[in-house]
Amino acid sequence: MRRFPTAGAPHLPPPTRVRGVMATVLLALLPGIAAHAWYFGPGIVVQIALATAFALGFEAMMLRVRGVPAAPFLGDLSAPVTAVLYALCIPPLTPWWITLLAMATAIVLAKHLYGGLGRNLFNPAMAGYATALVCFPHALSQWLAPAPLATHALAFGDTLSAIFLGHLPPGLDLDTLAQATPLDAVRTLARQGMTMPEIRANPMFGDFGGKGWEWIANAYALGGLALWWRRVIGWQVPVAVLGTTILLTLPFWLADPDLHPFPLQHVFSGGLMLGAWFVATDPVTGCTTPRGRLLFGAGVAVLTLAIRRWGAYPDGVAFAVLIMNGAAPLIDRLTPPRAYGHGHA
Amino acid sequence: MAVNLRESPSMRIHRFHGGMRLDLRKQAALARPIRACPLPPELAIPLATRGEAPARALVAHGQRVRRGEAIGRAGDAHGTTLHASTSGTVVAVEPRPLADAEVREGLCVVIEPDGADEWLRLPPIADWRAAPRELLLERLRDAGTVGLGGGAFPSAIKLAAAQPTLIVNGAECEPYVACDEALLRERAEEVVAGAALLAHVLGAARTFIAVEDAMPEALAALEIALHDAPFAGAALAAVPTRYPEGGERQLIRALTGREVPSGGLPQDIGIVCHNVATAAAAWRAVARGEALTSRIVTVTGAGVAEPGNFEARIGTSLEWLVAQAGGYTARAARLLAGGPMMGIALPHDGVPVSAATHCVLVLADHDLHDDAPELPCIRCGECARVCPAQLLPQQLLADLCADDLAGAQAHALADCIECGLCAYACPSHIPLLDWYRWGKAELRAQGDARARADAARGRFLARESRLARERAERLQRSAAKRADAAASAQPGAPTSPISKDAVLAAIARARAKKRPPPAGGAPKDGA
Repeated sequence: MRRFPTAGAPHLPPPTRVRGVMATVLLALLPGIAAHAWYFGPGIVVQIALATAFALGFEAMMLRVRGVPAAPFLGDLSAPVTAVLYALCIPPLTPWWITLLAMATAIVLAKHLYGGLGRNLFNPAMAGYATALVCFPHALSQWLAPAPLATHALAFGDTLSAIFLGHLPPGLDLDTLAQATPLDAVRTLARQGMTMPEIRANPMFGDFGGKGWEWIANAYALGGLALWWRRVIGWQVPVAVLGTTILLTLPFWLADPDLHPFPLQHVFSGGLMLGAWFVATDPVTGCTTPRGRLLFGAGVAVLTLAIRRWGAYPDGVAFAVLIMNGAAPLIDRLTPPRAYGHGHA
Repeated sequence: MAVNLRESPSMRIHRFHGGMRLDLRKQAALARPIRACPLPPELAIPLATRGEAPARALVAHGQRVRRGEAIGRAGDAHGTTLHASTSGTVVAVEPRPLADAEVREGLCVVIEPDGADEWLRLPPIADWRAAPRELLLERLRDAGTVGLGGGAFPSAIKLAAAQPTLIVNGAECEPYVACDEALLRERAEEVVAGAALLAHVLGAARTFIAVEDAMPEALAALEIALHDAPFAGAALAAVPTRYPEGGERQLIRALTGREVPSGGLPQDIGIVCHNVATAAAAWRAVARGEALTSRIVTVTGAGVAEPGNFEARIGTSLEWLVAQAGGYTARAARLLAGGPMMGIALPHDGVPVSAATHCVLVLADHDLHDDAPELPCIRCGECARVCPAQLLPQQLLADLCADDLAGAQAHALADCIECGLCAYACPSHIPLLDWYRWGKAELRAQGDARARADAARGRFLARESRLARERAERLQRSAAKRADAAASAQPGAPTSPISKDAVLAAIARARAKKRPPPAGGAPKDGA
């Protein structure tokens, strides 16, 4: 008689692991990062490195404080995903200490004080970004002009010194380098009474959104489609976010194209594409039921449009996601799927 | 998709929710034909399977038995008859370890084979198409025909009421397990004859014989067999290869588009499912008078040297069976009764093959879980996407972690079919199936405790009401007596209640009683 150790079923090794899921998300962000670097220079690379270092530092610290074994959690790549998503939201020359503050908020407050991986109510990247945006609205609106419009291209060393020391090369200052984002421009110029066709005549606008911005958005969509194809995300959230945005803005634009932006301009502006594919699809802080995901995505779109139209900030994706995060548990409760053998059929 | 020989060729196959395509790994076991497993030196035939009440042994130590002779019979309604699986001598009736998760040990009849393998057949019912269904049901009970798909549920019970639809399930969907496929490839005619027999017993107008579309040889063999021996209402169906397509509820959905109601049985919607091996065994029991004494077992995995399908006698130890498959390889790391998704890991191979043992899988160390640690649930919902019962496994986990059994019940834990897909799909490697099995056991225990409490309360209430009734009757009687006395006293004048004579007479009677009996008088216990 031969003896064997026992274990519960199933006995096959699961084909996926959290690290693999997170790594796929990071890979899917690469086209977006590349496009970002193409249009806005090497700042994004520095910000990603910086944010990742801070995020992992805070992660290690909090795991130690909570008395949790650090190795499996530091390797799960969830902190780098948070860091990259945050870095993609901020202007590339944002000072390092804002990133430090944002990562402290994201990892310490939003993630670990709620119980760590899988237990956080709010999306850590958006919590960090929103905190920084509320505290330092001016610094976080200093976007550079995208490559085709930029008068100066900053070298890597200049970028480093701008981020860490606040020094720009002689003869340059942030006011000359920076340019209003397309969303900002639409907002302020419309308030000055200009019509949409007049606003869009500005060279900063491209085919759908802003020059450069729209191609970064396309790169996000490409990565998002890859995530869907790899079954890391479902179709419900992106379809709901983008579909609701178009459905809500289309009638207004048809009624008065002078007053209301083109629907695709909404889709390709600001953080909507990143939000639709990578942020609102965060499993931990979103809904898990299929119908819940549709509602969650629709809610993000509605709130984003409302904040863009009436809010104090040009873009509202981060706030919209955070508000819907709070509603996600309730939505999940209200939208259970019909289990086999229950109800009709 | 459906190859339909008798009826319209456009049968629609429906989709069930979730499921996954898994690496089937059946080729190793199917490379050789079915081998007869030689008689072991000793057979231990379990008198109970799957936690049911054990059967009563009909034989005693030292008794000679022949193959097919009844050795045990269950007393309860669910039980069935058990038979000696070869001729020989009963050497013990004693508890032995079993390959069952719930009953780790159970009473077995241990037989030492004499090598003659002499049959004791029941009289064959060759003309079963003309036989009354009661006779056939009785035969299936006597022959110990039980479900061979892993449930070992007595077949006669499922056939007791007439139903319009019969599904003969050959959609063996779990990886590695290939005993049904081997049976279909080599003995499809027995399966078709069995399907016709079961359809006849049920009075079924429609019979689906279903296999997965990844089994072309089995399908071809069935086509030929059905062509040679057609029967009314029969249809072959090739369902998509998608685990757990062969799950009873999923197959019903795939073939009919209907769902078995929660907590109900297929019979509730007019459907009965039987495994292909059960159909063949039923046919043997009726047409040849052979009781269930053996079954085909897949012995496979990287942990055995020569994987294959074996026709093994019930009671053969797994140790013997694995030895027939060339023994263990150096990498053998886990022994399973069943497939890799739902199978039970056994602590040792000293357990017998029962009617429920369809697969003995020995996994090698490289097949097993990697050492990735269990992480918290990230609510990715992958478990919900693959769940064939369309539950919310992540929600059930949250309920069970919080000890909220009521919540788990509300989220339909009882509808979990324990297919194991959620745990397989989980990127956090959470042992979800262990949690659900625990939760279901807790709910059952709660239900039992509630039933016991209800019974106790029932007894208490019954006693209370009986006492109250007796008290009421007593009061009624005394009231009636008083009324009678009053009525009889009424005609005469009121007298003193007790006369002096009566008192004296009573004292005299009492004295007479107290006097000791005369010597040698009344017997001692007479008083």
